[in-house]
Amino acid sequence: MPVTLRRAPDLTVRGIGKSYSGVSVLRDVDLDIPSGEVHSLVGENGAGKSTLLKILGGAVRADQGSIAVDGRPVTVHTPRDAIRAGVGLISQEGALVPARTVLENVFLGRWANSWGFARRGSDRAVFDELIELTGFDVDPRERVGRLSIGVQQQVEILRALARGTRVLAMDEPTAVLSEHEKDNLLALIRRLAAAGTTVLLVSHFLDEVLSVSTRVTVLRDGNLVLTDDAARLTPRTLVEHMVGRQIDVLYPQPVPVADDAPVRLSASALSRGPVQGVDLEVRAGEILGIAGLVGSGRSETLRLLFGADRLAAGEVRIDGQPLSSLSPRTAMAAGMALVPESRKEQGLVMSRSVRENVALASLSARRRGPFVEGGSERSAVREVSDAVDIRAAKPDAAIQTLSGGNQQKALFAKWLLRKPSVLLIDEPTRGVDVAAKSQIHRMIVDLAADGMAVVVVSSEIEELLELSHRAIVLRHGRVVGEFPRGTPRERVIAAAFGDEEPTATPGRAAGRTGPATAPGAPPDATVPPSAAAKENA
Amino acid sequence: MSTQLVDSPTPGAGTASLRRGIRIRDYGIVIALLAIVVALSVSTDTFLTTSNLVNLLDQCSVVGLLAAGATICIISGVFDLTASASLAVSAIVGVQVVRIAGVAVGFGAAVVAGALLGFLTGSIVVRSGVNSFIATLATSIIYRGLAVVVTAGAIAYPLADQADDFGTLTWPSLFGLTSATVVFLVVVIALGFLVSSTTFGRRVYAVGGNIEAARLSGIRVGQVQIAAYVVSGICSALAGLILASRAGSAQSSMATGMELSAIAAAVIGGTSILGGEGAIWRGVVGALLLTLIGNGFNLLGWDTTYQQVVQGCLILLAVTVDQYLRNRNR
Repeated sequence: MPVTLRRAPDLTVRGIGKSYSGVSVLRDVDLDIPSGEVHSLVGENGAGKSTLLKILGGAVRADQGSIAVDGRPVTVHTPRDAIRAGVGLISQEGALVPARTVLENVFLGRWANSWGFARRGSDRAVFDELIELTGFDVDPRERVGRLSIGVQQQVEILRALARGTRVLAMDEPTAVLSEHEKDNLLALIRRLAAAGTTVLLVSHFLDEVLSVSTRVTVLRDGNLVLTDDAARLTPRTLVEHMVGRQIDVLYPQPVPVADDAPVRLSASALSRGPVQGVDLEVRAGEILGIAGLVGSGRSETLRLLFGADRLAAGEVRIDGQPLSSLSPRTAMAAGMALVPESRKEQGLVMSRSVRENVALASLSARRRGPFVEGGSERSAVREVSDAVDIRAAKPDAAIQTLSGGNQQKALFAKWLLRKPSVLLIDEPTRGVDVAAKSQIHRMIVDLAADGMAVVVVSSEIEELLELSHRAIVLRHGRVVGEFPRGTPRERVIAAAFGDEEPTATPGRAAGRTGPATAPGAPPDATVPPSAAAKENA
Repeated sequence: MSTQLVDSPTPGAGTASLRRGIRIRDYGIVIALLAIVVALSVSTDTFLTTSNLVNLLDQCSVVGLLAAGATICIISGVFDLTASASLAVSAIVGVQVVRIAGVAVGFGAAVVAGALLGFLTGSIVVRSGVNSFIATLATSIIYRGLAVVVTAGAIAYPLADQADDFGTLTWPSLFGLTSATVVFLVVVIALGFLVSSTTFGRRVYAVGGNIEAARLSGIRVGQVQIAAYVVSGICSALAGLILASRAGSAQSSMATGMELSAIAAAVIGGTSILGGEGAIWRGVVGALLLTLIGNGFNLLGWDTTYQQVVQGCLILLAVTVDQYLRNRNR
C-alpha cells in the first residue's frame, strides 16, 4: 500500500460504551475530530482513556456505539479491522517482534512479495520515503530488540504510517521518553497533523497536551466531561475537570534537613555497565534527586545501590558501614528498600492479591513456625494500606484489578511495611493519575521529614526538582553536576545534555575526559544526535 | 476519601474468603467433575459402590501424587519432566535397599532418593539457567538411563520373604481405603497447606508470578524453585513406591510418560502454565477427572481404545473453557 497522508478523515465516535464484568468503564462517549487535528484525551487512571483508544485500535470490543472514519461507518472488532479502517494504535506496551529487523517490523504482516517471496527492495523504498517524511534516524537492518524504547516507538510509528494510517492513536507515547525524545515526538505529531493525519493522544503530561493539541477531551469515570479548544484551557482547569473538584497541584515542600543529620547512605565509585564511577551521599531526612537522560545510568545506579545488579566495582555504605556481598537481601537487612522502575515487571506479582503483594517483602516478620500469621499480617497490611491510602474493594482483591495509582501505592506499602531507613525510588509516579501523584509526592516528603534518606529518580524533571533537596545529574554514567534546590530546570537539563555554560560544577571535567565517551559518539542510542539535527533542518 | 480496606463485618475472615471463593470461574472444574460423577452414578449401578470408589482412589493415587508435585513446580514457574524417571530411579533404589535393610528402611531410602533427585534436578535448572522444560527433559533422559544402568535392564524384586511386607501399600487401611490412598491423601493435604498457608507457599507463588519482583523483595528465588523440585521428587518417590508395591517389583521402564499426565492433570485442574497461579487441590481434581474417564469406560463397557482420544479432548476442553472464562473476566 502506498504512503498516503494527504486525505485525512473525520473520526466520529458515537455513544461508545464498555463495561467489564458489570463495571462500566466507558459510558456514551461521543467524539468528532476533523482532519488534521491533534486531539488529546486526558483523565485520571481508570477514567477510560486507554480503553477508548483500545476500542479504536480493535484491541477491545465496545459494548455499544459506533465509529465512523471519513464519514463511513466502520466495524472495528479486531486489530485487522482497525488497520483496514485506517486507525493505527501505538499502545503503551509495544507490539513489535524483538528478534526481527526494523524493516520486517515496519511491514509486519504485509511485506511486499511475489508469490510469497519477500521483495525487500520495494519495502526498503517505502521505508526510505517514511524516513524522509518523519526525519527519524533508524537503521532498517537493526534488530528491534537491540533498540532503546524511544527508537522502538519510532518503529511503531513508521509501521502505522506504512499501513496508510489516517488516524494515529497514541497511548502515553511520551511516558517512556527522555525530554529530548519527547520534544522530537511532539514536533513530529505537529508535522503529521499539518500533513493531514488525525492524531488522538492520551497523555498524563498536561503541559505537553496543551502545547501540542488543537482540542482536548476530559474523561472522568468513563464519562466525557469536557471537550474544548486547548487554547482556552490551562493545566489547572484540566485537573479540576479530571478530578471533579479543585485540588492543590502544587508540589509539597520538602522539610529542610537538620544541620546535624548524619549521612545515612553513601556510595563511592559505583560501576557496572553504563554506570562508570558514581559517588553519592544522602543524609537522614534528605531527598536526593538523580537526573539524567534515558540511558545515562540513573536507574542502573539505583539498582546497584540496592544490589539488584552485582557491583563490578565500588562500595555502598549505610551509616558508614560498608555492605559486603551486596544483594537485595543484604541491602534490605541494612534497611534499604527499592521501588523499581516498572511495577508490572519488577514490582508486583500481578496474579496475586493486594495483601500478598504488600506482605511479600516482610514474610518472615509475621509467621508462626512455617505458617503465615494471618491475623497480624492482615492488620499490618491494613494499617500500611490505610497510611498510603490504597483504594481497593478488599485486601484480597487481585492487584491487577487496581488502578495504576493504587498499584503504585501498594508497591510503596510493601516497602513501608519494613520501615526502611533508606528508600530508593525509581519513577515514583509513572503511569499514575493526578490525585495519586500528589499523594505520593506528599508521602515522599513526609517520609523524609520523619528521617528517612530518600533517593528519587524521575524522567519528569519538574517532579525531580520540586521534590529533592538536592539533585545530581548523570551523563554517560558519571556525575556531571550537582544542583541545590531552586536551580532553574534549564540548567539541569543542559547539564544532562552536556552543553551547559561553563560553570564550576564538580563532575564536569570527568564527564569530558572520560575515555569511553568520545564527544559526538554517545554509547547509548537513546539520543540520536543526527535525528536532532534533521529535526532542526 | 474513605478507604475500604476493611474486612466485611461478618465474623471471621474464613467466611469472607469462602464467599469470595464461590465463583463459577474458580470452581468450574469441580462442577465438571461432579457432572461426570452424577452421570456415572445414574447410568451405571456399579459406580457408586464402595469397592469401585476405593478402587478409583487407589488408581488415582499415583498420578495424583505426581500431579501435586507438578502443580507446585508449575506454580513456581518451572516444569518437572523428570517426574516419572525420578519415580523409577527412587523405586529401584527403594527395592535394592529393601533387599539389604528391610522394607521400612528401603521405603525411607526411596523417599530420600526422590528428594535428592529433585534437589539435583532443581540445582541443574537453577544453576544452568536453561529453560526448565528443556533442562528437565534432558535430565529425565539421564535418570531413565541411570535406572537402566542400576538394574542392568532387569526387574528388581525384593527378597522372597519380604514380598508380603513389600506389598503393604496395597493393603486396606483407614475407612477401607488402601494404604496407597491414605498416603496420597495425607501428602496432598499437607502440600495443600504448604502452598496455601506457609511463607514458603507465598514465596512459591511470588517466584512463579514475577521472578524479578520476588528477587527484589529479598526472596532467594533459586532456592524456592529447587525446593519445589525437591517436593516433586518426594511425590515421585512415593508414587514409585505405590507402583512397586502393587507390582511387587520395580523396573527401569516404570510409569513412562506419566510426567505428562501429571502436567495435564495440573492444567485440567486450572493451574496456569504461566506460573504464579493455581492450587494443589486443582491438580488432585485434574487427576481424579483423568482417572474417572478410565473408570467410566470400564463401567460402561465402552471400547477402551477410544479412552485416550477422550482424555485428549477433555484436556483441550478444560483448558479452552478456562481460557475463555479468564479472558471474559479481564
